[in-house]
Amino acid sequence: MAKTVKILEVKGLRTSFFTDEGEVKAVDGVDFSLERGKTIGIVGESGSGKSITSLSILRLIEESTGRIVGGEIMFKGENLLQKSKKQMMAIRGNNISMIFQEPMTSLNPTLTCGEQIAESIRIHQKANRKEAWVKAVDMLRHVGIPSPEKRAKQYPFELSGGMRQRVMIAIALACNPELLIADEPTTALDVTIQAQILELIKKLQEEMGTSLMIITHDLGVVAEMCDKVAVMYCGKVVEYADVKTIFTNPKHPYTVGLLNSVPKHDQDYEGDLAVIPGAVPSPFNLPQGCRFAPRCPHARGICREELPELLDSADGDQVRCWIYSEKWEKQEEEVR
Amino acid sequence: MNMFVFILRRLFQTIPVMIGVTLAVFLMMHLIPGDAAKIMAGENANPDQIEQMRENLGLNDPLHIQYLRFVTNAVQGDLGNSIRTSRPVTEEIFSSRFAITVQLALIGTAAAVLLGLVAGIISATRKYSAADVGIMLVALLGLSLPNFWLGIMLIYLFSVNLGWLPVAGWGTWEHMILPAITLGTGGAAIIARMTRSSMLEVLNQDFIRTAYAKGVSDKVVIYKHALRNALIPVVTVVGLQFGGLLGGAVITETVFAINGLGRLIIDSIRAHDFPMVQGTILVCAVLFVLVNFLVDITYRLINKRIDLN
Amino acid sequence: MSMTTTTKTLLEVKNLKQYFPIKGGLFGRTVNHVKAVDDISFHVQEGETVSIVGESGCGKSTTGRAILRLDNPYAGEVIFDGENLLGLSKAEMRKKRQDLQIIFQDPYASLNPRQTVSQIIEEALQIQNIVPPKERRKKIADLLQTVGIGTHQMDRHPHEFSGGQRQRIGIARALSVNPKLIICDEAVSALDVSIQAQVLNLLKDLQRKFQLTYLFISHDLGVVRHISDRIIVMYLGKIVEIADKKSLFENPQHPYTIALLSAIPSTNLEKKRERIILKGDVPSPIDPPQGCRFHTRCPFAFDRCRAEQPGLYKVDGEGHQSACHLVENGQIDFSKVPSNH
Repeated sequence: MAKTVKILEVKGLRTSFFTDEGEVKAVDGVDFSLERGKTIGIVGESGSGKSITSLSILRLIEESTGRIVGGEIMFKGENLLQKSKKQMMAIRGNNISMIFQEPMTSLNPTLTCGEQIAESIRIHQKANRKEAWVKAVDMLRHVGIPSPEKRAKQYPFELSGGMRQRVMIAIALACNPELLIADEPTTALDVTIQAQILELIKKLQEEMGTSLMIITHDLGVVAEMCDKVAVMYCGKVVEYADVKTIFTNPKHPYTVGLLNSVPKHDQDYEGDLAVIPGAVPSPFNLPQGCRFAPRCPHARGICREELPELLDSADGDQVRCWIYSEKWEKQEEEVR
Repeated sequence: MNMFVFILRRLFQTIPVMIGVTLAVFLMMHLIPGDAAKIMAGENANPDQIEQMRENLGLNDPLHIQYLRFVTNAVQGDLGNSIRTSRPVTEEIFSSRFAITVQLALIGTAAAVLLGLVAGIISATRKYSAADVGIMLVALLGLSLPNFWLGIMLIYLFSVNLGWLPVAGWGTWEHMILPAITLGTGGAAIIARMTRSSMLEVLNQDFIRTAYAKGVSDKVVIYKHALRNALIPVVTVVGLQFGGLLGGAVITETVFAINGLGRLIIDSIRAHDFPMVQGTILVCAVLFVLVNFLVDITYRLINKRIDLN
Repeated sequence: MSMTTTTKTLLEVKNLKQYFPIKGGLFGRTVNHVKAVDDISFHVQEGETVSIVGESGCGKSTTGRAILRLDNPYAGEVIFDGENLLGLSKAEMRKKRQDLQIIFQDPYASLNPRQTVSQIIEEALQIQNIVPPKERRKKIADLLQTVGIGTHQMDRHPHEFSGGQRQRIGIARALSVNPKLIICDEAVSALDVSIQAQVLNLLKDLQRKFQLTYLFISHDLGVVRHISDRIIVMYLGKIVEIADKKSLFENPQHPYTIALLSAIPSTNLEKKRERIILKGDVPSPIDPPQGCRFHTRCPFAFDRCRAEQPGLYKVDGEGHQSACHLVENGQIDFSKVPSNH
């Protein structure tokens, strides 16, 4: 068997925002890795830091408010955080591309779809206007847009939401990137259109051998698309595992709670949904110890005092929970 | 809706505006104190002569008949004769004065747009820097300075003290510099502030992030992606500015002794030259409506999305 | 919860149409209409939860707004508690809103940011004037407690609360006037899953406590399966299927419902199903397709579908109805129908 190559390795990534009320550690020591040609899902609720993680990889954090304050982002063995601004520009859209949640607002309203795809080709492939245009029309055809010559000359507002997301995908894949980051790519779309787009991403990934990182809050999308999953809570990865493990044998109490609280369309219910009590803590007032402890049904003394490390288990999975450490048995069980 | 229908519809919409404008100008003549016929007949006229003048002017007809006649004549290019010079009003206006004022307004607008845009872009791209704070301070100053005072100060500094530029008059490009700055400052300040806020808003939008994610450089993001969108609201302001400049021209022309429409109005008011005042104001109002019409069309050409509504 | 036949009909919608005019041309005349809701009829029994599902532009939210007359309907009847709401004067309708409340997707937009929570609820109480002023403070405290907000938070402003809590405030306000029917328009769609589950449980709990009737408008079939008794599926302004929860999810009888269900990504890794991917986009409601509105995307469409609009056919004796020519003579097994895609 050929040795698997890690295309992306994020180690101890920390990104903070500096506000009048203090520092918000949006991403606070995140580790995960992605093998070439595979798909990783970053899952979490709002405030988990999943989107900031993805923006940090391309170094797209707005400088006036936030900054990457620590860690490494190894892309094909090189640390992106040590690249110059110019080097990063050559990587963006070329080696690593990104698609965003809102196809409505993510396209420039004053440029035609064709121009927006061609721009990326002209920057990275030294093509002239005409060559780039031909390639842009080709890309539109490739992402399943009917009569691409006509569509290329249209403005984003003339297209439906699903079509616009196809244009976004065409822009992202125009230069055949090795890594595609998709930040909530289907959240703004209707389910039948979501199914089309997910199918398209899968097909193109297979054809082009792209590695894929999907940021989503939708566990269904994760199950559908991903090989590996990193579950995030309050700026930290709490569980990193194979997709099968996450859905059949989740370890972290948060992952378990999350899975149980999603109402499923293909399963019958009796009575109430299982809930995670309480709410996500304020980023200015994070609990000492495990950040999930105040909402965790299993929390014991140590959980409230000390932040658990990401523990490796035998199968290569990782979980950030005291339950899986040797210290756990020494903890007194609490009556809840 | 296609462009043709839009232009037609927009033209139709100017009809009530035009009716309003002509009505206002017409009524002005009847509302201002003093008997127009008396004034026009001259100081030494006897009652018979005044009555004769009233008959000649048609002032004895019912108001609506008078109005219709006024509009019919105006449409045919007849705005009456000046009392002072006895020449047709249209001739007085269009011989050279109209061109001078339009020139002045255009140069003033150009100055306002150029200064305003550059300042606004610098401010927006260096938010909260010393340059930004400085520019916005100057802009605030430019907004609050009265036109005539600024004009006099500029003459004092550049013409009287330094002797670089002519004090007054019109003709060469040197004559144009100070009036253009005087006239353009207020507009430049408004455009600078507008451009700044519009740019800042656009720079925060998702498609700017998309552009960066494609590997586009800062410069291209600002000038190709952001500016194009930021200009949409600025165009409207520029149009309104141009209209405002026509008003500003009255003062500027007086300060710099330029023989344009503005000065014509002032002189005519002083001389109780009713037809002249009426005609000049009407021409200015029509020009203003026309400019706004052109601005609307430009706005639509830049902002393709209007089609949706 | 199965409905016994003795319960009465609380809401009956008959041939409801909501057309929005499109202005255009030289003189801004009405040149066409957006047929957002086009001749739909359904009823809701007392104590029942009926959901309307469908994708954006299907007319589900428009239906909710039309029932409350937030936008006055173009045609049809809305009979609530034996009275046609469309025949009421504005003043009568305002009084009637005591019985019909609505909860929106974005609670923040519907809460006045300058008012405290207790003021927001007091205002609702004041308008309907059902609680004497002296008892209002106590009533507000009770209401907030019911929806899980502590009385110590009653003098705070909306921005001091999280999205889930704001939705609870919205619910408390709706409850304050003792309504009979609450229309929930995407009420939990903007919430994170862990919070969504809490609010869904709260809604169920309140229904038991106060014998509420819900008209639940949502695009999320998981949520709908959890909360509903009966479900209405809409597509492009028309009802395509009505059924009780069990029949709809286990035995869908309209190709659109089948496609919709199959399109949702499942967290169940073992149960890999055959997926029907619909081609293209939803057509424009300005100029909807002739015949069956779904025929342009339907994998089973045949000549008749292009020409003739299907009625709502009875699929079984239990009230399962579907607007598909294929089920005209009762239910069929769609997996055996050859697909032409």
